[in-house]
Amino acid sequence: MQFNRKDLLGLEDLTSEQIKLILDTADNFKEVLGRKIKKVPALRGVTIANVFYEPSTRTRMSFELAEKRLSADIINFSKATSSVKKGETLRDTLENIKAMKVDIVVMRHGSSGAHKFASEFLDVSIVNAGDGQHAHPTQALLDMMTLRERWGTLNGKKVTIIGDIMHSRVARSNIWGLTKMGAKVTVCGPPTMMPVDIEKLGEGGVKLEYDLEKAVSEADAINILRIQLERQSTRLFPSSREYFEVFGVTSDVISLAPKGCIVMHPGPMNRGVEIAQEVADSEQAVILPQVTNGVAVRMAVLFLIAGGKVDDTELNEN
Amino acid sequence: MKMTSWKDKREFWISGAKIADPEAGKIRAGSVLIQKGMIAGIVWQKSPETELPVFDAEGLVLAPGFIDIHTHLREPGFEDKETIESGTAAAIAGGYTSILCMANTDPVIDDPSVVEYITKRAEDDGHCRVYVTGAVTKGLEGREITEFFHLKRSGAVALSDDGKYIADSKVLRTALEYARVLGMPVISHCEDPYLTSDSQMNESFVSTRLGLKGAHTASEEIAIARDIKLAELTGAHLHIAHISTAGAVDLVKKAKKKGIDITAEVTPHHLTLDETMLESYDRNLKVNPPLRSAADISALKAALRDGTVDCVATDHAPHNEIDKQVEFNYSPPGMLGLQTAFPQLNTELVKNGDIELIDLIRLLTSSPASVMGLPGGKMKQGEPADFVLIDPDEEWVFEKRMIKSRSYNSPLIGKKFKGRVKGVFLEGKYLEDVS
Ligand SMILES: [Zn+2]
Repeated sequence: MQFNRKDLLGLEDLTSEQIKLILDTADNFKEVLGRKIKKVPALRGVTIANVFYEPSTRTRMSFELAEKRLSADIINFSKATSSVKKGETLRDTLENIKAMKVDIVVMRHGSSGAHKFASEFLDVSIVNAGDGQHAHPTQALLDMMTLRERWGTLNGKKVTIIGDIMHSRVARSNIWGLTKMGAKVTVCGPPTMMPVDIEKLGEGGVKLEYDLEKAVSEADAINILRIQLERQSTRLFPSSREYFEVFGVTSDVISLAPKGCIVMHPGPMNRGVEIAQEVADSEQAVILPQVTNGVAVRMAVLFLIAGGKVDDTELNEN
Repeated sequence: MKMTSWKDKREFWISGAKIADPEAGKIRAGSVLIQKGMIAGIVWQKSPETELPVFDAEGLVLAPGFIDIHTHLREPGFEDKETIESGTAAAIAGGYTSILCMANTDPVIDDPSVVEYITKRAEDDGHCRVYVTGAVTKGLEGREITEFFHLKRSGAVALSDDGKYIADSKVLRTALEYARVLGMPVISHCEDPYLTSDSQMNESFVSTRLGLKGAHTASEEIAIARDIKLAELTGAHLHIAHISTAGAVDLVKKAKKKGIDITAEVTPHHLTLDETMLESYDRNLKVNPPLRSAADISALKAALRDGTVDCVATDHAPHNEIDKQVEFNYSPPGMLGLQTAFPQLNTELVKNGDIELIDLIRLLTSSPASVMGLPGGKMKQGEPADFVLIDPDEEWVFEKRMIKSRSYNSPLIGKKFKGRVKGVFLEGKYLEDVS
């Protein structure tokens, strides 16, 4: 099966087969990452521009590493969103990148829909590395990969996402991806951080639960979102201390979940706010495997976007 | 807009057309006699017996020229977006012979000198009649009211801080009391700014999906409810600009029933475009108030039919490409409206059976005129001979090259319309090639 898509803008418009293809391809690439020489020539001659309008050390390092492992040529551009008020700068940047004849643009941007905007100027492939509060498809894919590794399948599994759903592109992409793959999703957090009609999001919708104990009681995995502490200044929650008491995931909370419940976090963590120290360091936490899988998933996405087929011989010729 | 030369000379008939009389609610065959730029008489026969010159309007509908009570002309201050010259050219191309411009220019129209400046510029370079709205508060800052008496004396016909809600209730109360004595309507942009800060679109499942911050309909309704209370308290004429929600319609309906002096307008885009279109993240669809839900749209259409909403106004808001070709978050709200209002509404509302053509004409002519107390808009002897000639069935495509505005921020470029403005008379003078 071929991927047959020019861009990866989100998971909403992917089929479950396409998602499965990405995850299968990522599994293959993970094997490459375990080798002594962790490099394949799959994207030799392909030029990728990493365009980051929002600071993100982790996602950026992960993409860059994935690109290097695939032998792609890389150029980097970064600019803090705060210094870019007008998008003609974005347009100019994109026109410049276009003039440099790159093949793939990996972009992170603070405005929802920025990638759609970019696609008006660029005929090259665009990979969304996060746009505003809209989508973060590769994060959701690496989360799914991590869960699938443990379970073998996502079908019928129950995942609870906890925290600021309203402002989270990670939550939105996870909901789309997980529900398409047959998992059941529950969201939990303060009512001020729940967007309108969140229950309708995803394939077949999600369950909304304000009571943390109930929300985790059947969870096979819980995905804890980072709380933006500056939200406290916009009074979406009264204090981080109270937040931790009501929505913080402690070992007591974990004890209410079924045995073997997996704990995830997209990082960076606020220990003592959304996640207790002992949970972050517990055996159930897969936070570091998530990071490893992030590289494999991004290799898979870039490889498929570039038109690749899953072909073991190519992976093996070093 | 040099019209005086026609006043003494021209005496002629317009014949062959169907005459739209918005006050009588009828469209029927007739002929109109024009003398000195005024309507001198109407006969209800297709061709009059006359020695005078005859303008043959066979097959078309002759209606009073449209009147827009909500136009942003952008001059002075933002001439890169629109000028009085280009904005009035767009008006004429859309069949509008009179417009009321809003006060959020730079400098703000909060001083008689700016009213006089605009009036003078419109006389020199304008293509249609221009009426001026003065600001309610100095600098549109919502704190101190402007000199209403002076503004009125210099020619302002209404007062508004449009673009901004006057959040301080005491300030609005003062303004309404002062305006009442002068008989000036106060136009309110109703939006609770605390509930809508940073918002990009209507708050709903669509905003949840798109990850764009939403403005809930409650933010508009809370603002309208307070304004109604103050209108009741002061007895002033309150006009609600660009009403957009079903709940807002209910509030206005109840206030009217109670006898409060309140009127309301709705824009063509709030009647025809809905929030789901934003899935394209097309910045030309970003407006304030935002495009709402299908349920809101049907409530607005019903409000047009039952008279809760008095008239249609465009909220013509030009923004140039540099300002619009940015990420959705950074794009200023507003779209063009003057050239597409009639064809869009004729296509979406009249041809779909929501309202009759004569109702649409009334909503664009006599209704806005009576809301703002402006001349024109009536098919009656003694009224100015400002007309629009319409072919209600012509199919055509709205193309970018047809735009007379200095900006091109219309989501309707490329759209196929039914119904077209074929010509305009201004004070008895026929303006060639309007569209
Ligand atoms: Zn307004």
